[in-house]
Amino acid sequence: MGPLLAARAFFTRSEVSADGRTLHQIDPSSWDRFYRDRWAHDKVVRSTHGVNCTGSCSWQVFVKDGLITWEHQATDYPSVGPESPEYEPRGCPRGASFSWYTYSPSRVRYPYVRGVLLEMWREAKARLGDPVLAWEELTGDPERARAYKRARGKGGFVRSSWEEVLELMAAAHVHTVKEYGPDRVVGFSPIPAMSMASFAAGTRFLSMIGGTLLSFYDWYADLPIASPQVWGDQTDVPEAADWWNSRYLIMWGSNIPVTRTPDAHFMTEARYQGTKVVAISPDYADNVKFADDWLAPHPGTDGALAMAMGHVTLTEFFRDRQVPYFTDYIRKYTDLPFLVTLERRGDAYVPRRFLTAADLGAESEHAAFKTVFLDEETGEAVVPNGSLGFRWGQEGEGRWNLDLDGANPALTLLGRRAVEVDLPRFDEGATEGGSVMRRGVPVAEVAGQLVTTVFDLLMAQYGVARDLPGDWPASYEDASQPYTPAWAEEITSVPAATIARIAREFARNAERTEGRSMIAMGAGTNHWFHSDQIYRAFLTLVLLTGCQGVNGGGWGHYVGQEKVRPITGFQHLAFAFDWQRPTRHMAGTAFWYLATDQWRYEQIQADELASPLGEGMFAGRSFADCNAQAARLGWLPSHPTFNRNPLALADEAAAKGIPVAEHVVNELTSGRLRFAAEDPGDPANFPRVLTVWRANLLGSSGKGNEYFLRHLLGTDAETRNEEGVHPVEVTWREGAAEGKLDLLTTIDFRMTSTALFSDVVLPAATWYEKHDLSSTDMHPFVHAFNPAIAPPWQTRADYDVFLGLADTFSELAAEHLGRRTDVLAVPLTHDTPDELAQPGGRVRDWKHGECEPIPGRTMPKIITIERDYAAVGKRVRGIGPLFADLGLTTKGITYRVEPELEYLGGKNGVTPEGRISLDTADRMCEAILALSGTTNGRLSTQGFETLEKRTGTKLADLAAEHEGKRITFADTQSRPQPVITSPEWSGSETGGRRYSAFVINVERDKPWHTLTGRQQFFLDHDWIIELGEQLPAYRPPLNMHRHYGEQADGGAAEVTVRYLTPHSKWSIHSEYQDNAYMLALSRGGPTIWMSVEDAATIGVADNDWIEAYNRNGVVVARAVVSHRMPAGTVYMYHAKDRNVNVPLTERSGRRGGVHNSLTRLLLKPSHLIGGYAQFTYAFNYYGPTGNQRDEVTVIRRRDQEVTY
Amino acid sequence: MRVLAQVAMVMNLDKCIGCHTCSVTCKQTWTNRDGVEYVWFNNVETKPGVGYPKRYEDQERWHGGWTLDGRGRLKLRAGGRIKRLLSLFANPDLPDLDDYYEPATYDYDTLINAPAGPHVPVIRPKSAITGKDMAITWGANWEDDLGGAPEYAGADPNLAAMVEKVKMEFDKTFMFHLPRICEHCLNPACVAACPSGAMYKREEDGIVLVDQDRCRGWRMCVSSCPYKKVYVNHKTGKAEKCTFCFPRIEAGQPTVCAETCVGRLRYIGLVLYDADAVLNAARVADPSDLLEAQRQVFLDPEDPEVAAAARASGISEDWIQAARRSPIYRLAMRYRVALPLHPEYRTLPMVWYIPPLSPVLDAVTSVGADADDPDNVFHAITDLRIPLEYLASLFSAGDIEVVAGVLMRLSAMRAYMRARTVDGSVATHLLEAAGMTAADMEEMYRLLAVAKYDERY
Repeated sequence: MGPLLAARAFFTRSEVSADGRTLHQIDPSSWDRFYRDRWAHDKVVRSTHGVNCTGSCSWQVFVKDGLITWEHQATDYPSVGPESPEYEPRGCPRGASFSWYTYSPSRVRYPYVRGVLLEMWREAKARLGDPVLAWEELTGDPERARAYKRARGKGGFVRSSWEEVLELMAAAHVHTVKEYGPDRVVGFSPIPAMSMASFAAGTRFLSMIGGTLLSFYDWYADLPIASPQVWGDQTDVPEAADWWNSRYLIMWGSNIPVTRTPDAHFMTEARYQGTKVVAISPDYADNVKFADDWLAPHPGTDGALAMAMGHVTLTEFFRDRQVPYFTDYIRKYTDLPFLVTLERRGDAYVPRRFLTAADLGAESEHAAFKTVFLDEETGEAVVPNGSLGFRWGQEGEGRWNLDLDGANPALTLLGRRAVEVDLPRFDEGATEGGSVMRRGVPVAEVAGQLVTTVFDLLMAQYGVARDLPGDWPASYEDASQPYTPAWAEEITSVPAATIARIAREFARNAERTEGRSMIAMGAGTNHWFHSDQIYRAFLTLVLLTGCQGVNGGGWGHYVGQEKVRPITGFQHLAFAFDWQRPTRHMAGTAFWYLATDQWRYEQIQADELASPLGEGMFAGRSFADCNAQAARLGWLPSHPTFNRNPLALADEAAAKGIPVAEHVVNELTSGRLRFAAEDPGDPANFPRVLTVWRANLLGSSGKGNEYFLRHLLGTDAETRNEEGVHPVEVTWREGAAEGKLDLLTTIDFRMTSTALFSDVVLPAATWYEKHDLSSTDMHPFVHAFNPAIAPPWQTRADYDVFLGLADTFSELAAEHLGRRTDVLAVPLTHDTPDELAQPGGRVRDWKHGECEPIPGRTMPKIITIERDYAAVGKRVRGIGPLFADLGLTTKGITYRVEPELEYLGGKNGVTPEGRISLDTADRMCEAILALSGTTNGRLSTQGFETLEKRTGTKLADLAAEHEGKRITFADTQSRPQPVITSPEWSGSETGGRRYSAFVINVERDKPWHTLTGRQQFFLDHDWIIELGEQLPAYRPPLNMHRHYGEQADGGAAEVTVRYLTPHSKWSIHSEYQDNAYMLALSRGGPTIWMSVEDAATIGVADNDWIEAYNRNGVVVARAVVSHRMPAGTVYMYHAKDRNVNVPLTERSGRRGGVHNSLTRLLLKPSHLIGGYAQFTYAFNYYGPTGNQRDEVTVIRRRDQEVTY
Repeated sequence: MRVLAQVAMVMNLDKCIGCHTCSVTCKQTWTNRDGVEYVWFNNVETKPGVGYPKRYEDQERWHGGWTLDGRGRLKLRAGGRIKRLLSLFANPDLPDLDDYYEPATYDYDTLINAPAGPHVPVIRPKSAITGKDMAITWGANWEDDLGGAPEYAGADPNLAAMVEKVKMEFDKTFMFHLPRICEHCLNPACVAACPSGAMYKREEDGIVLVDQDRCRGWRMCVSSCPYKKVYVNHKTGKAEKCTFCFPRIEAGQPTVCAETCVGRLRYIGLVLYDADAVLNAARVADPSDLLEAQRQVFLDPEDPEVAAAARASGISEDWIQAARRSPIYRLAMRYRVALPLHPEYRTLPMVWYIPPLSPVLDAVTSVGADADDPDNVFHAITDLRIPLEYLASLFSAGDIEVVAGVLMRLSAMRAYMRARTVDGSVATHLLEAAGMTAADMEEMYRLLAVAKYDERY
């Protein structure tokens, strides 16, 4: 306790001041009981909120008379150290209002089924006796199916019982597995870090039956694709307390006070330590007031700004003057010295691929994956340690490291012969593919190939003139050429001098502090179609200046609570890898693109995006064609997989007496079997059963909401979009399907849009009513959810819901399914030797006869799993045999866990079958913690020792201080627990230091998981080359007007504007937007923020009702008019559900839409690639993103008399 | 000298992120009940803006606080005893619900219970007062993040005098957040105005409270409080207000709003003051002298005479120690970076504010103070985005020099610490400019930046 004392002095006087002015007295004895009683409480229980906010804050929940009263933040976080601010009191107003939900009238208290379905179900079941047959008949009858699907979203819920709904759900699952295949059973639940056991409960059940698990991080567009591209890592960032160590902090498209509310103080406080803060935001956002400079580029032009800053950095810190700290860093830790081959194209050259040891004629193992540089002194080609060729196989043992072994890589070949190269530019041109600029690079001839360095290409790309041939900008003021400040000013509106000054300051600060310049970036720059390019332009700034892997420096990508710190135990349990491997992970965006038929509405094709320097690989091909190709080449997963039940495939192979893989290849090559992605309109390929938990798909993440409603659900929808170009390989069926899904179930505690549109709504326990675990990348702790009260009414924790479903499923499956063999097509997988499957990232399509169909090399791996469907209920409750047999593998490191299993057997007890028990959520939490390196020092030490053998460098000391430490669930219940440095992640907490990404790589010479083993500026997969994205470049927002024409109807006064959906101050995604406190503090329903100018154009005053519409849908909201908004752009804050204060639209007479009613999915082909180095698939690691920022909308003032 | 102790608060607006966590935790804890739906003991306003209730700062309209009569005597602006008695039943200075807002609730259960129909079920706003359908046209935080906005900024009393200088244009946008609780004034107008003797200032810690047993609902406190931080519970008819969480304070815990402040910008501590000096301080002639006059009322707890007098007043030794460790005293008196809100109301408020630095320059045209020197990263305070006049209107009765002095010290601290942490140098010229010793500068830095829990409270 500080200066505030617990004493209360007892005075006796009551005194009116002499002038009669005031009255001093002690409290009379009785009156103040009211406030004292109000404050009094019976107990305080620690819990948190599982809402993908990244906060992972520890809260104290107050309970009085058995009721939850309110919550205040915990303040007992382990200390950051005496010289730093602490994490207390993490929280935000949204979390502070959570307890309102507990007893809210909108709380889902009982299981509900829509009446029309329930009635038919009861009738069919009574008549047929067998629930599975009842479901088969009901859904097989087009009329009845149509009736309940048309009713989705239109009220009419009827209370049911747990017994009844679980039987209905189980029947649907069993029937679907039997009739269509287990991959037609789909689960959507995002962000395990926000409540790991609740996530794992459902995914464990679905993994055991062979269901499809949808990814979310890429689907949410939160995954920064640039991260796997540049680092071979999903996402790894500094914890918030490391902002404090920064001396130059740019907040770029990241409105930290709103979206990182608990962490914002580290930013405000760092300023007092002398940190300069810059805000880059198109509007005067909440964070701008803290910034020393505000740059307001036009939305979506951040890449241009960053490219110009890169131009300044390269000019002043690499050309005009060299900074040893920078050049030492980029030589060792980036691909800049590596050689790239040049290929003749017309009268110039184009860059192609990394030169590899194979090009040198080397016979060594995996030579095609060993990249090459020239030694500065000797001029000889050197094949250094650390590239991918050293990661796998025998020869690389002890050599997968960044030790240059005395070599000194030449960054530039300047001084040698030079040639002209053609490079793509996208700021001009007839298509999205842009045009070409000609610049020069110095070259050498190595092993008969003309080569240059990545650095020299980068200088050319950025337009930094060095007396080389080609067209170069004359100066910063030259606006005619990319990427000068003056050029960027014309695009962004940010003054050229400001761009140059900020770039200069950022780099100079990094020079003086050895890398303590940081860019905190967010959804504002990451949700664009070309956000990977925007991000690569950002990363150039932190990589050139040696900031990455340094405390206080580097990138801080803060979008989504993606970091499950105890990752190993979590993922193996969640996906039931103790019983079978692998599971059906699916790329969410690709799934929804097909499932909701958004692919049918494309007006542009893939070649629209291709650079003129490409080879025409996309000519005539739709995005759906690209996706189908990615599926068959083993790049991306594709579930539902084939146009046949995978259980049938196994039976057929058995009947023929040939291996399953051979059978599948035969069937595919004969054309009898097709990938479902090649014919999404075939009813055999529909997803049939979808369960959503911990999520609001239809009110939050579902880009193209109206297409979901029409095609997936078969109910009313507002889209007036017209169908577009037909694919060439994917089958086009006339008349799009409506109502593909037979059963949609939501498990939630409140009535979201997803719940409103579901067939079945199950009442979930809240975050104050269950056990679970939470972690985040914003802080280094794991901590617990705990029940402050038992789940009230008939609510159940997600964990228990799925145990119940597994039981009922098994009962019905015993008769209908029994033991079956399932056939999985599994994509080539990251952090495995699959990375070596497709050398050079060259596209070879077996279907086109370009290569043989070889599972695991040119196409997906074909893997069989024996499933005992009747045993699922028992198996989900116990740890299966594979942990002991195979260990647990994360990022290529296998952990042996015999002592941990021994420990857990004692701690959790065993099931009647003799398995380590997982029959309660707290036991699941215990197992997750015991089986992860971050929470078990023995495993982290073991992991580092394993890694040491591969790298040949010293690592295990990083975990040694905690080798004997094991964090138990009870520990996390008592207080947030700091995690242990582990090879599961790339940073170090050793000795109490702040976590920053890639510290281990930089300090311990551990390679990145990329082709070169270094941080890569240059990418050379065929499709990336085709798109012109080998190097960072500026690609503008998609030109929607060009592709879709004028969307305004005319008539009323209208304005067409950029439509952005940044994260809201009054909700976390859709959560809390319906909370009474947030409604009171905001404007009590959906709003759209507009500039004064745009409002004036259409005669709108603050709080007027307006309608926003485009080809995709229509939204009704009230206008918020402020000069803090730039003209030409409106904001409808993210995840405005349609269930609060949304009237009927003027346009259609139906309920106004959600924010995503105006959006639609688009796939970027480079997100579909795989099979090569860092471009191999992993769940939420690579895959198409569900971008939504490139959209425009029309706004008009509507009749102010609204009806509901 | 008559020594009294006061628990006081300082909020560092330069750290406020405008998140409203304080408002929510306070409301959850104290006012989520019938009769006080519209009441926020703690609210946060976006400035510029008209505030909650609307234009509460316009004392020409509401007649809150104190003024001096022709002979320099202190009197309630609401008028003398007679005038107040005459208006007991028709107080023209009382804000009505429109000045606050009509609180809404929603027909929440519709989402579950809606019968089958043609549309997606929706909940719509209903008046929490009448239960009838309503349109939402104003709220507890209507102006959130507007930065004023042309439709409202003109009504901000602080802007009235400077409309020429402040343009509501994109390039010139500025805003900051102002969290407000009861000021627990040394010279509370609400207490003086209460006809029932229900309002009082707690002897031991200065917390201003309403005795719920004695309150007769005359509402003079509401109109007399210039900060409009006394409210009427429309169910009980009695006045209610921020209690400085006295059940927590008595247990040695900070207020809810302070402990849950995510921006870590609230400080609580004891201040010793001379109760005999309050009246004279409140009636200095020139409003711009009020700040210094209030500072003079505060007593230096390190002064042995003060300590002796405190003991004589019955203040215990641990309280005297607490006063010595008080972050409030340090911020207000030693570093002189905290300022009272509207000292011209003459109530001697005890919740003080460090004004926001908000240093950004013009978004479009600026090139910075020194474009050629990349090591010179900060702008001069004369370039600051928020007009000094605006801050002076809030915190120093219009005296720009006072606000500029505070901002200069904060800026000097940043530049000083930058030199210290980047290359280890000590920028003595900055210490001289700020008039501070190196030790004071670093202690102030620690208190504002590192701000450990046990140093904030």
